Amino acid sequence: MSPRAAWRLETLGFGNVYDYVDGKNDWMAAGLPTEGTNAQRPRAGDIARKDVPTCGLTEKVGDVSARARAQGWDAVVVVNDERIVFGLLHSKELAADPRELIENAMRPGPSTFRPFVSLHEMLHFMVDHKLESAPITTSDGRLVGMLRQEDVVAAMKKAS
Amino acid sequence: MPQEIHREEVRKLVADGAQLVEVLPSPEYEEDHLPGAIHLPLRQLDARARDMLDRKRAVIVYCWDTA
Repeated sequence: MSPRAAWRLETLGFGNVYDYVDGKNDWMAAGLPTEGTNAQRPRAGDIARKDVPTCGLTEKVGDVSARARAQGWDAVVVVNDERIVFGLLHSKELAADPRELIENAMRPGPSTFRPFVSLHEMLHFMVDHKLESAPITTSDGRLVGMLRQEDVVAAMKKAS
Repeated sequence: MPQEIHREEVRKLVADGAQLVEVLPSPEYEEDHLPGAIHLPLRQLDARARDMLDRKRAVIVYCWDTA
């Protein structure tokens, strides 16, 4: 739609026309602010926990597990230096051989969700797929935080 | 020929005074639009663009994505 609009504006005499080709989807997926009736409703990115522990591929399970426990978490997100998500570790993976490399122990390629998804939509998906938590990332794969089902339920109760 | 641009260029151009225009229908604009965006649906461009937009300033149009 926007390419047609851009071309039409040129023919209407506008000389300096740009087409934001990735559009609103890209903007919202990056977690950038919007205006409108939905703007004040909490979304996945708003309540995702930013303090979720992270680790690198070459760390050892024992070290990461100890760190997660000390922070009160039973989940860890595997990222690189750019915070691109590579994998997840839940209780089962964190209980693996402590000498094992994270790269070999993690659940690779987890499903991730964008920050603008509504809490209602997230809860529906999490219940259907039996997910206690889900990583929230920007459209280019960078970790925003971890969304916990209990936080979604609490936020929805508070909003109603 | 309109230039295709991406997010960071949008932010820079808007900061420099470009007009941001959402060309989607009303309900979609009302629910969520980029900060400061003008609403000018595609079907109303012919009738309203010259009145609503400043021809001396850059114009950035957008919809949901590349569709």
